Amino acid sequence: MGKVIVVTSGKGGVGKTTSSAALGAALAQGGDKVVVVDFDVGLRNLDLVMGAERRVVYDLVNVIQGEAKLTQALIRDKRVETLYLLPASQTRDKDNLTPEGVEKVINSLKKAFDWVICDSPAGIERGATLAMRHADVAIVVTNPEVSSVRDSDRIIGLLDAKTVRAESGERVEKHLLLTRYDPARASRGDMLKVDDVLEILSIPLLGIIPESMDVLRASNLGAPVTLADEGSAPARAYFDAVRRLKGDAIPVTVPGEKRGFFGKIFGRKAA
Amino acid sequence: MTAVLTQPRPIRLKGRSFLALALAPELPFEDWLARLDDLAARSAGFFLRRPAVLDVNGLDIDRAELRGLVDELAKRNVRIMGIEGARPSLLGPDMPPAMADGRPASDFEAPITDGAPAAAAPAPEVIAAPQPPKTIPSMVVNAPVRSGQSLFFPEGDVTIVGSVASGAEIVAGGSIHVYGTLRGRAMAGTMGNSSARIFCRRLEAELIAIDGFYKTAEDLDPELHGKAVHVWLEGEALKTEILG
Repeated sequence: MGKVIVVTSGKGGVGKTTSSAALGAALAQGGDKVVVVDFDVGLRNLDLVMGAERRVVYDLVNVIQGEAKLTQALIRDKRVETLYLLPASQTRDKDNLTPEGVEKVINSLKKAFDWVICDSPAGIERGATLAMRHADVAIVVTNPEVSSVRDSDRIIGLLDAKTVRAESGERVEKHLLLTRYDPARASRGDMLKVDDVLEILSIPLLGIIPESMDVLRASNLGAPVTLADEGSAPARAYFDAVRRLKGDAIPVTVPGEKRGFFGKIFGRKAA
Repeated sequence: MTAVLTQPRPIRLKGRSFLALALAPELPFEDWLARLDDLAARSAGFFLRRPAVLDVNGLDIDRAELRGLVDELAKRNVRIMGIEGARPSLLGPDMPPAMADGRPASDFEAPITDGAPAAAAPAPEVIAAPQPPKTIPSMVVNAPVRSGQSLFFPEGDVTIVGSVASGAEIVAGGSIHVYGTLRGRAMAGTMGNSSARIFCRRLEAELIAIDGFYKTAEDLDPELHGKAVHVWLEGEALKTEILG
Protein backbone atom coordinates (compact mmCIF):
# COMPACT_ATOMS: atom_id res chain seq x y z
CA MET A 1 0.00 0.00 0.00
CA GLY A 2 1.27 3.45 -0.88
CA LYS A 3 1.52 6.41 1.42
CA VAL A 4 -0.84 9.34 1.08
CA ILE A 5 0.76 12.75 1.48
CA VAL A 6 -1.19 15.99 1.64
CA VAL A 7 0.62 19.19 0.73
CA THR A 8 -1.28 21.91 2.52
CA SER A 9 -0.88 25.41 4.02
CA GLY A 10 -4.10 27.27 4.64
CA LYS A 11 -2.73 30.39 2.98
CA GLY A 12 -2.58 30.74 -0.79
CA GLY A 13 0.49 31.49 -2.86
CA VAL A 14 3.00 29.96 -0.48
CA GLY A 15 4.13 27.23 -2.89
CA LYS A 16 1.88 24.21 -2.38
CA THR A 17 1.53 23.37 -6.06
CA THR A 18 5.20 24.05 -6.83
CA SER A 19 6.20 21.84 -3.91
CA SER A 20 3.74 19.07 -4.81
CA ALA A 21 5.17 18.92 -8.32
CA ALA A 22 8.80 19.17 -7.21
CA LEU A 23 8.50 16.57 -4.45
CA GLY A 24 6.43 14.26 -6.66
CA ALA A 25 8.99 14.48 -9.46
CA ALA A 26 11.91 14.01 -7.06
CA LEU A 27 10.32 10.87 -5.59
CA ALA A 28 9.62 9.52 -9.08
CA GLN A 29 13.17 10.32 -10.23
CA GLY A 30 14.33 7.97 -7.48
CA GLY A 31 12.29 5.20 -9.10
CA ASP A 32 9.17 5.27 -6.90
CA LYS A 33 5.76 5.20 -8.53
CA VAL A 34 4.11 8.54 -7.79
CA VAL A 35 0.78 10.19 -8.55
CA VAL A 36 0.14 13.85 -7.84
CA VAL A 37 -3.55 14.66 -7.37
CA ASP A 38 -4.81 18.20 -7.88
CA PHE A 39 -7.62 18.95 -5.39
CA ASP A 40 -8.01 22.57 -6.42
CA VAL A 41 -11.26 22.06 -8.32
CA GLY A 42 -12.13 25.21 -10.20
CA LEU A 43 -8.65 26.73 -9.97
CA ARG A 44 -6.36 24.01 -11.17
CA ASN A 45 -2.70 24.81 -11.71
CA LEU A 46 -0.82 21.59 -11.20
CA ASP A 47 -1.27 20.58 -14.85
CA LEU A 48 0.50 23.79 -15.91
CA VAL A 49 3.36 23.41 -13.45
CA MET A 50 3.84 19.82 -14.62
CA GLY A 51 3.51 20.72 -18.28
CA ALA A 52 0.52 18.47 -18.93
CA GLU A 53 -2.17 21.08 -19.58
CA ARG A 54 -2.58 20.11 -23.22
CA ARG A 55 -3.13 16.45 -22.44
CA VAL A 56 -6.00 16.73 -19.94
CA VAL A 57 -9.07 14.80 -21.08
CA TYR A 58 -10.75 13.55 -17.93
CA ASP A 59 -10.26 14.83 -14.39
CA LEU A 60 -10.83 14.01 -10.72
CA VAL A 61 -14.47 15.15 -10.81
CA ASN A 62 -15.19 12.96 -13.86
CA VAL A 63 -13.80 9.96 -11.99
CA ILE A 64 -15.78 10.74 -8.84
CA GLN A 65 -18.99 11.22 -10.80
CA GLY A 66 -18.41 7.94 -12.61
CA GLU A 67 -18.03 9.58 -16.02
CA ALA A 68 -14.53 8.21 -16.54
CA LYS A 69 -12.33 5.42 -15.24
CA LEU A 70 -9.39 6.31 -13.04
CA THR A 71 -6.95 4.96 -15.65
CA GLN A 72 -8.46 7.25 -18.27
CA ALA A 73 -7.91 10.33 -16.14
CA LEU A 74 -4.33 9.63 -15.09
CA ILE A 75 -1.71 11.42 -17.18
CA ARG A 76 1.76 9.93 -17.36
CA ASP A 77 4.65 12.38 -17.34
CA LYS A 78 6.66 12.46 -20.56
CA ARG A 79 10.01 12.89 -18.78
CA VAL A 80 9.74 10.54 -15.81
CA GLU A 81 8.00 7.23 -16.46
CA THR A 82 6.84 6.62 -12.92
CA LEU A 83 5.26 10.05 -12.43
CA TYR A 84 1.53 10.52 -12.95
CA LEU A 85 -0.89 13.41 -12.62
CA LEU A 86 -4.57 13.31 -11.74
CA PRO A 87 -5.81 16.76 -12.76
CA ALA A 88 -8.60 18.76 -11.15
CA SER A 89 -11.57 20.04 -13.07
CA GLN A 90 -11.46 23.68 -14.06
CA THR A 91 -15.11 24.00 -15.01
CA ARG A 92 -16.86 22.10 -12.24
CA ASP A 93 -17.74 23.27 -8.78
CA LYS A 94 -15.84 21.93 -5.78
CA ASP A 95 -19.15 20.67 -4.38
CA ASN A 96 -18.77 17.82 -6.85
CA LEU A 97 -16.09 16.38 -4.60
CA THR A 98 -17.91 13.94 -2.34
CA PRO A 99 -16.28 12.33 0.70
CA GLU A 100 -17.24 8.85 -0.56
CA GLY A 101 -15.93 9.57 -4.05
CA VAL A 102 -12.62 10.92 -2.76
CA GLU A 103 -12.21 7.93 -0.47
CA LYS A 104 -12.76 5.54 -3.35
CA VAL A 105 -10.26 7.30 -5.61
CA ILE A 106 -7.59 7.54 -2.90
CA ASN A 107 -7.99 3.88 -2.00
CA SER A 108 -7.56 2.79 -5.62
CA LEU A 109 -4.52 5.05 -6.04
CA LYS A 110 -2.93 3.71 -2.85
CA LYS A 111 -3.05 0.21 -4.32
CA ALA A 112 -1.31 1.21 -7.53
CA PHE A 113 1.25 3.80 -6.39
CA ASP A 114 4.02 4.12 -3.79
CA TRP A 115 3.12 7.73 -3.09
CA VAL A 116 -0.16 9.58 -3.53
CA ILE A 117 0.50 13.31 -3.23
CA CYS A 118 -2.60 15.43 -2.71
CA ASP A 119 -2.11 19.07 -3.69
CA SER A 120 -4.56 20.90 -1.42
CA PRO A 121 -6.31 24.13 -2.37
CA ALA A 122 -5.81 27.15 -0.12
CA GLY A 123 -8.33 27.77 2.64
CA ILE A 124 -9.99 25.44 5.10
CA GLU A 125 -13.16 24.66 3.15
CA ARG A 126 -14.34 21.48 1.52
CA GLY A 127 -11.53 21.07 -1.02
CA ALA A 128 -8.83 21.47 1.62
CA THR A 129 -10.51 19.22 4.18
CA LEU A 130 -11.13 16.50 1.59
CA ALA A 131 -7.53 16.70 0.38
CA MET A 132 -6.23 16.08 3.91
CA ARG A 133 -8.96 13.58 4.87
CA HIS A 134 -7.09 10.36 4.02
CA ALA A 135 -3.52 11.56 4.53
CA ASP A 136 -0.90 9.46 6.32
CA VAL A 137 1.64 12.27 6.09
CA ALA A 138 1.11 16.02 5.89
CA ILE A 139 3.60 18.47 4.46
CA VAL A 140 2.72 21.91 5.77
CA VAL A 141 4.09 24.52 3.37
CA THR A 142 4.86 27.79 5.14
CA ASN A 143 6.53 31.06 4.23
CA PRO A 144 8.57 32.77 6.91
CA GLU A 145 6.01 35.48 7.61
CA VAL A 146 3.37 35.82 10.32
CA SER A 147 0.15 35.35 8.35
CA SER A 148 1.42 32.21 6.67
CA VAL A 149 2.63 30.81 9.99
CA ARG A 150 -0.70 31.44 11.69
CA ASP A 151 -2.65 29.84 8.81
CA SER A 152 -0.34 26.84 8.96
CA ASP A 153 -0.99 26.55 12.67
CA ARG A 154 -4.71 26.48 11.94
CA ILE A 155 -4.20 23.75 9.36
CA ILE A 156 -2.13 21.66 11.80
CA GLY A 157 -5.05 21.87 14.22
CA LEU A 158 -7.39 20.59 11.51
CA LEU A 159 -4.97 17.78 10.65
CA ASP A 160 -5.20 16.68 14.27
CA ALA A 161 -9.00 16.78 14.23
CA LYS A 162 -10.54 16.25 10.83
CA THR A 163 -8.53 13.46 9.23
CA VAL A 164 -9.48 9.79 9.17
CA ARG A 165 -6.32 9.03 11.15
CA ALA A 166 -7.12 11.60 13.83
CA GLU A 167 -10.69 10.36 14.11
CA SER A 168 -9.50 6.79 14.66
CA GLY A 169 -7.10 7.92 17.38
CA GLU A 170 -3.94 7.79 15.27
CA ARG A 171 -1.69 10.67 14.33
CA VAL A 172 -1.00 12.19 10.96
CA GLU A 173 2.78 12.52 10.56
CA LYS A 174 3.39 16.24 10.05
CA HIS A 175 6.37 17.98 8.45
CA LEU A 176 7.15 21.62 7.91
CA LEU A 177 8.43 22.75 4.53
CA LEU A 178 9.62 26.32 4.73
CA THR A 179 9.43 27.84 1.25
CA ARG A 180 10.34 31.14 -0.38
CA TYR A 181 13.06 31.65 2.17
CA ASP A 182 15.02 34.73 1.17
CA PRO A 183 18.51 34.81 2.74
CA ALA A 184 18.98 38.51 1.95
CA ARG A 185 15.73 39.49 3.67
CA ALA A 186 16.46 37.11 6.54
CA SER A 187 19.83 38.77 7.15
CA ARG A 188 18.10 42.17 7.26
CA GLY A 189 15.63 40.78 9.78
CA ASP A 190 12.64 41.34 7.44
CA MET A 191 11.52 37.76 7.79
CA LEU A 192 10.68 35.44 10.62
CA LYS A 193 13.67 33.39 11.65
CA VAL A 194 13.64 29.66 11.05
CA ASP A 195 13.85 28.98 14.77
CA ASP A 196 10.87 31.25 15.46
CA VAL A 197 8.72 29.45 12.90
CA LEU A 198 9.73 26.08 14.32
CA GLU A 199 9.01 27.24 17.84
CA ILE A 200 5.53 28.48 16.90
CA LEU A 201 4.49 25.48 14.82
CA SER A 202 6.42 22.82 16.78
CA ILE A 203 6.50 20.19 14.04
CA PRO A 204 9.69 18.72 12.51
CA LEU A 205 11.37 20.56 9.65
CA LEU A 206 11.46 18.73 6.33
CA GLY A 207 13.44 21.34 4.46
CA ILE A 208 13.99 24.97 3.59
CA ILE A 209 13.47 25.97 -0.02
CA PRO A 210 15.19 29.23 -0.96
CA GLU A 211 13.30 31.92 -2.87
CA SER A 212 14.70 31.62 -6.36
CA MET A 213 14.16 32.66 -9.95
CA ASP A 214 14.76 29.01 -10.86
CA VAL A 215 11.35 28.14 -9.42
CA LEU A 216 9.57 30.74 -11.53
CA ARG A 217 11.54 29.76 -14.62
CA ALA A 218 10.65 26.09 -14.10
CA SER A 219 6.91 26.85 -13.73
CA ASN A 220 6.96 28.86 -16.92
CA LEU A 221 8.64 25.95 -18.67
CA GLY A 222 5.96 23.62 -17.34
CA ALA A 223 8.43 21.46 -15.44
CA PRO A 224 8.79 20.72 -11.74
CA VAL A 225 11.94 22.48 -10.55
CA THR A 226 13.55 19.15 -9.67
CA LEU A 227 13.26 18.17 -13.35
CA ALA A 228 13.95 21.51 -14.97
CA ASP A 229 17.28 22.18 -13.29
CA GLU A 230 18.47 19.41 -11.01
CA GLY A 231 21.52 21.35 -9.87
CA SER A 232 19.72 24.52 -8.83
CA ALA A 233 19.52 25.48 -5.15
CA PRO A 234 15.74 24.92 -4.83
CA ALA A 235 15.95 21.57 -6.65
CA ARG A 236 18.71 20.39 -4.30
CA ALA A 237 16.63 21.50 -1.32
CA TYR A 238 13.64 19.49 -2.62
CA PHE A 239 15.85 16.40 -3.20
CA ASP A 240 17.08 16.68 0.39
CA ALA A 241 13.50 17.05 1.63
CA VAL A 242 12.54 13.85 -0.18
CA ARG A 243 15.44 11.99 1.43
CA ARG A 244 14.29 13.17 4.86
CA LEU A 245 10.72 12.16 4.02
CA LYS A 246 12.01 8.65 3.35
CA GLY A 247 13.73 8.61 6.72
CA ASP A 248 17.31 9.78 6.03
CA ALA A 249 18.61 11.90 8.89
CA ILE A 250 20.43 14.62 6.99
CA PRO A 251 20.90 18.00 8.65
CA VAL A 252 18.93 20.98 7.35
CA THR A 253 21.04 23.91 6.20
CA VAL A 254 19.63 27.40 6.32
CA PRO A 255 20.17 28.99 2.89
CA GLY A 256 22.60 31.89 2.86
CA GLU A 257 24.01 31.31 6.32
CA LYS A 258 27.42 30.46 4.86
CA ARG A 259 27.43 33.50 2.67
CA GLY A 260 26.31 35.58 5.62
CA PHE A 261 29.32 34.36 7.53
CA PHE A 262 31.77 35.26 4.73
CA GLY A 263 29.90 38.47 4.13
CA LYS A 264 30.62 39.44 7.71
CA ILE A 265 34.35 38.75 7.31
CA PHE A 266 34.60 40.71 4.09
CA GLY A 267 32.49 43.43 5.54
CA ARG A 268 34.89 43.77 8.41
CA LYS A 269 37.94 43.89 6.10
CA ALA A 270 36.46 46.64 3.97
CA ALA A 271 35.73 48.70 7.05
CA MET B 1 -16.85 70.61 26.25
CA THR B 2 -15.71 67.31 25.07
CA ALA B 3 -15.57 64.61 27.66
CA VAL B 4 -12.20 62.96 27.63
CA LEU B 5 -11.86 59.48 28.94
CA THR B 6 -8.47 59.32 30.52
CA GLN B 7 -8.90 55.85 31.92
CA PRO B 8 -11.13 53.98 29.52
CA ARG B 9 -13.21 51.54 31.51
CA PRO B 10 -14.54 48.80 29.28
CA ILE B 11 -18.08 47.50 29.68
CA ARG B 12 -18.05 44.07 31.20
CA LEU B 13 -19.85 41.40 29.27
CA LYS B 14 -20.23 38.18 31.14
CA GLY B 15 -21.80 34.86 30.35
CA ARG B 16 -24.05 33.20 32.88
CA SER B 17 -26.16 30.12 32.72
CA PHE B 18 -29.11 29.63 35.03
CA LEU B 19 -31.40 26.77 35.69
CA ALA B 20 -34.96 27.66 34.85
CA LEU B 21 -38.27 25.92 35.26
CA ALA B 22 -39.71 25.06 31.91
CA LEU B 23 -43.50 24.88 31.81
CA ALA B 24 -45.00 22.89 28.96
CA PRO B 25 -48.71 23.78 28.85
CA GLU B 26 -51.20 21.51 27.16
CA LEU B 27 -54.36 22.27 25.25
CA PRO B 28 -57.01 23.18 26.23
CA PHE B 29 -55.43 25.82 28.40
CA GLU B 30 -58.43 26.09 30.77
CA ASP B 31 -57.97 22.48 31.90
CA TRP B 32 -54.21 22.86 32.16
CA LEU B 33 -54.56 26.06 34.20
CA ALA B 34 -57.02 24.30 36.49
CA ARG B 35 -54.47 21.56 37.12
CA LEU B 36 -51.81 24.19 37.72
CA ASP B 37 -54.09 25.93 40.22
CA ASP B 38 -54.61 22.62 41.93
CA LEU B 39 -50.86 22.09 42.24
CA ALA B 40 -50.32 25.66 43.46
CA ALA B 41 -53.07 25.18 46.05
CA ARG B 42 -51.31 22.13 47.44
CA SER B 43 -47.84 23.62 47.48
CA ALA B 44 -48.13 27.26 48.25
CA GLY B 45 -45.37 29.38 46.90
CA PHE B 46 -44.02 26.84 44.47
CA PHE B 47 -44.24 29.27 41.60
CA LEU B 48 -44.08 32.39 43.63
CA ARG B 49 -41.91 34.90 41.78
CA ARG B 50 -39.90 32.04 40.35
CA PRO B 51 -39.07 32.85 36.73
CA ALA B 52 -40.08 30.20 34.26
CA VAL B 53 -39.66 29.45 30.59
CA LEU B 54 -42.80 28.61 28.65
CA ASP B 55 -42.28 25.72 26.23
CA VAL B 56 -44.97 25.95 23.55
CA ASN B 57 -43.28 23.55 21.15
CA GLY B 58 -45.84 21.64 19.11
CA LEU B 59 -48.85 23.61 20.34
CA ASP B 60 -51.23 24.87 17.66
CA ILE B 61 -52.12 28.28 19.07
CA ASP B 62 -52.33 31.85 17.82
CA ARG B 63 -50.86 35.02 19.19
CA ALA B 64 -53.94 36.04 21.19
CA GLU B 65 -54.12 32.63 22.88
CA LEU B 66 -50.44 32.75 23.80
CA ARG B 67 -50.80 36.26 25.20
CA GLY B 68 -53.86 35.14 27.14
CA LEU B 69 -51.90 32.29 28.67
CA VAL B 70 -49.00 34.55 29.66
CA ASP B 71 -51.50 36.93 31.32
CA GLU B 72 -53.24 34.08 33.11
CA LEU B 73 -49.89 32.86 34.44
CA ALA B 74 -48.97 36.39 35.54
CA LYS B 75 -52.19 36.48 37.59
CA ARG B 76 -50.92 33.34 39.36
CA ASN B 77 -47.57 34.98 40.11
CA VAL B 78 -45.74 32.90 37.51
CA ARG B 79 -43.44 35.23 35.64
CA ILE B 80 -42.46 34.08 32.20
CA MET B 81 -38.89 35.09 31.35
CA GLY B 82 -38.90 33.62 27.87
CA ILE B 83 -40.79 31.49 25.41
CA GLU B 84 -39.29 28.44 23.80
CA GLY B 85 -40.44 26.78 20.62
CA ALA B 86 -42.69 29.62 19.42
CA ARG B 87 -42.85 30.77 15.83
CA PRO B 88 -41.60 34.34 15.44
CA SER B 89 -45.10 35.39 14.36
CA LEU B 90 -46.45 34.41 17.77
CA LEU B 91 -44.21 36.83 19.59
CA GLY B 92 -44.54 40.57 19.80
CA PRO B 93 -42.43 43.25 21.42
CA ASP B 94 -44.73 43.20 24.45
CA MET B 95 -44.19 39.48 24.95
CA PRO B 96 -41.37 37.65 26.69
CA PRO B 97 -38.44 37.06 24.33
CA ALA B 98 -37.86 33.88 22.37
CA MET B 99 -35.39 31.42 23.82
CA ALA B 100 -33.56 28.65 22.05
CA ASP B 101 -30.87 26.03 22.57
CA GLY B 102 -32.08 25.10 26.03
CA ARG B 103 -30.42 21.99 27.36
CA PRO B 104 -32.64 19.59 29.28
CA ALA B 105 -31.76 18.83 32.86
CA SER B 106 -33.31 16.21 35.09
CA ASP B 107 -37.01 16.60 35.84
CA PHE B 108 -38.04 18.72 38.77
CA GLU B 109 -40.22 17.00 41.35
CA ALA B 110 -43.29 19.05 42.03
CA PRO B 111 -43.63 19.25 45.82
CA ILE B 112 -46.72 17.51 47.06
CA THR B 113 -47.77 18.31 50.59
CA ASP B 114 -48.71 15.52 52.98
CA GLY B 115 -52.16 14.14 52.69
CA ALA B 116 -52.69 15.12 49.11
CA PRO B 117 -53.66 12.26 46.85
CA ALA B 118 -50.57 11.35 44.92
CA ALA B 119 -52.26 10.90 41.58
CA ALA B 120 -54.85 13.61 42.01
CA ALA B 121 -53.59 15.71 39.16
CA PRO B 122 -50.70 15.25 36.80
CA ALA B 123 -48.03 17.77 37.66
CA PRO B 124 -46.97 20.12 34.90
CA GLU B 125 -43.76 19.09 33.23
CA VAL B 126 -41.14 21.03 35.09
CA ILE B 127 -37.54 20.68 34.09
CA ALA B 128 -34.61 21.79 36.16
CA ALA B 129 -31.57 20.24 37.76
CA PRO B 130 -31.93 19.97 41.50
CA GLN B 131 -28.17 19.48 41.92
CA PRO B 132 -25.31 21.27 40.20
CA PRO B 133 -23.31 18.99 37.89
CA LYS B 134 -20.31 17.28 39.42
CA THR B 135 -17.34 19.58 39.02
CA ILE B 136 -14.07 18.44 37.54
CA PRO B 137 -11.35 20.49 39.15
CA SER B 138 -8.92 20.80 36.28
CA MET B 139 -8.07 19.95 32.73
CA VAL B 140 -4.60 19.24 31.38
CA VAL B 141 -3.82 19.59 27.68
CA ASN B 142 -0.61 17.95 26.52
CA ALA B 143 -0.48 19.46 23.05
CA PRO B 144 -0.12 22.95 21.63
CA VAL B 145 -3.42 24.78 21.17
CA ARG B 146 -3.53 25.73 17.50
CA SER B 147 -4.83 28.86 15.85
CA GLY B 148 -8.61 28.74 15.50
CA GLN B 149 -9.03 26.25 18.34
CA SER B 150 -11.07 27.28 21.31
CA LEU B 151 -10.84 25.52 24.63
CA PHE B 152 -13.86 26.11 26.86
CA PHE B 153 -13.71 24.72 30.38
CA PRO B 154 -16.08 26.59 32.69
CA GLU B 155 -15.69 24.00 35.45
CA GLY B 156 -12.20 24.87 36.60
CA ASP B 157 -8.51 25.30 35.85
CA VAL B 158 -6.84 24.66 32.53
CA THR B 159 -3.18 23.69 32.21
CA ILE B 160 -1.55 23.66 28.79
CA VAL B 161 1.75 21.83 28.40
CA GLY B 162 2.69 23.59 25.17
CA SER B 163 1.97 26.89 23.51
CA VAL B 164 -1.27 28.70 22.74
CA ALA B 165 -1.11 30.00 19.18
CA SER B 166 -2.11 33.39 17.89
CA GLY B 167 -5.80 33.13 17.08
CA ALA B 168 -6.46 30.40 19.64
CA GLU B 169 -8.39 30.96 22.86
CA ILE B 170 -8.64 29.40 26.28
CA VAL B 171 -11.73 30.09 28.35
CA ALA B 172 -11.60 28.72 31.88
CA GLY B 173 -13.84 29.02 34.90
CA GLY B 174 -10.72 28.87 37.06
CA SER B 175 -7.06 29.70 36.47
CA ILE B 176 -5.05 29.19 33.30
CA HIS B 177 -1.49 27.84 33.27
CA VAL B 178 0.51 27.81 30.04
CA TYR B 179 3.83 25.97 30.05
CA GLY B 180 4.85 27.49 26.75
CA THR B 181 4.22 30.72 24.92
CA LEU B 182 0.81 32.33 25.28
CA ARG B 183 0.20 34.06 21.95
CA GLY B 184 -3.58 33.80 21.73
CA ARG B 185 -6.30 34.78 24.19
CA ALA B 186 -6.60 33.59 27.76
CA MET B 187 -9.79 34.27 29.69
CA ALA B 188 -9.75 33.02 33.26
CA GLY B 189 -12.47 33.11 35.92
CA THR B 190 -15.16 33.61 33.30
CA MET B 191 -17.93 32.29 35.51
CA GLY B 192 -17.40 35.10 37.95
CA ASN B 193 -14.31 33.89 39.74
CA SER B 194 -12.26 36.97 40.54
CA SER B 195 -9.58 34.94 42.32
CA ALA B 196 -8.65 33.11 39.11
CA ARG B 197 -5.17 33.76 37.75
CA ILE B 198 -3.19 33.38 34.57
CA PHE B 199 0.35 32.05 34.47
CA CYS B 200 2.48 31.61 31.38
CA ARG B 201 6.08 30.88 30.61
CA ARG B 202 6.22 33.47 27.81
CA LEU B 203 3.66 36.22 27.44
CA GLU B 204 2.93 37.32 23.87
CA ALA B 205 -0.85 37.25 24.34
CA GLU B 206 -3.40 38.98 22.15
CA LEU B 207 -5.74 39.34 25.11
CA ILE B 208 -5.86 38.35 28.73
CA ALA B 209 -8.93 38.55 30.95
CA ILE B 210 -9.96 37.61 34.47
CA ASP B 211 -13.60 37.68 35.51
CA GLY B 212 -14.49 39.88 32.56
CA PHE B 213 -11.76 42.47 33.08
CA TYR B 214 -9.48 42.36 30.11
CA LYS B 215 -6.38 43.85 28.56
CA THR B 216 -5.39 43.61 24.92
CA ALA B 217 -1.80 43.28 23.74
CA GLU B 218 -1.72 47.05 23.26
CA ASP B 219 -2.65 47.75 26.88
CA LEU B 220 -0.04 45.40 28.25
CA ASP B 221 3.27 46.73 29.50
CA PRO B 222 5.85 46.09 26.73
CA GLU B 223 8.27 45.09 29.50
CA LEU B 224 6.23 41.93 29.98
CA HIS B 225 6.54 40.77 26.38
CA GLY B 226 8.27 37.43 26.13
CA LYS B 227 8.61 37.07 29.89
CA ALA B 228 7.19 34.53 32.29
CA VAL B 229 4.22 36.39 33.74
CA HIS B 230 1.66 36.00 36.48
CA VAL B 231 -1.65 37.87 36.14
CA TRP B 232 -4.26 38.37 38.83
CA LEU B 233 -7.14 40.67 39.66
CA GLU B 234 -7.09 43.26 42.40
CA GLY B 235 -10.42 45.01 42.71
CA GLU B 236 -11.09 46.03 39.13
CA ALA B 237 -7.48 46.16 37.98
CA LEU B 238 -5.46 43.44 36.31
CA LYS B 239 -2.11 43.16 38.04
CA THR B 240 0.91 41.62 36.40
CA GLU B 241 4.23 40.47 37.69
CA ILE B 242 7.26 38.94 36.01
CA LEU B 243 8.01 35.56 37.50
CA GLY B 244 11.60 35.16 38.54
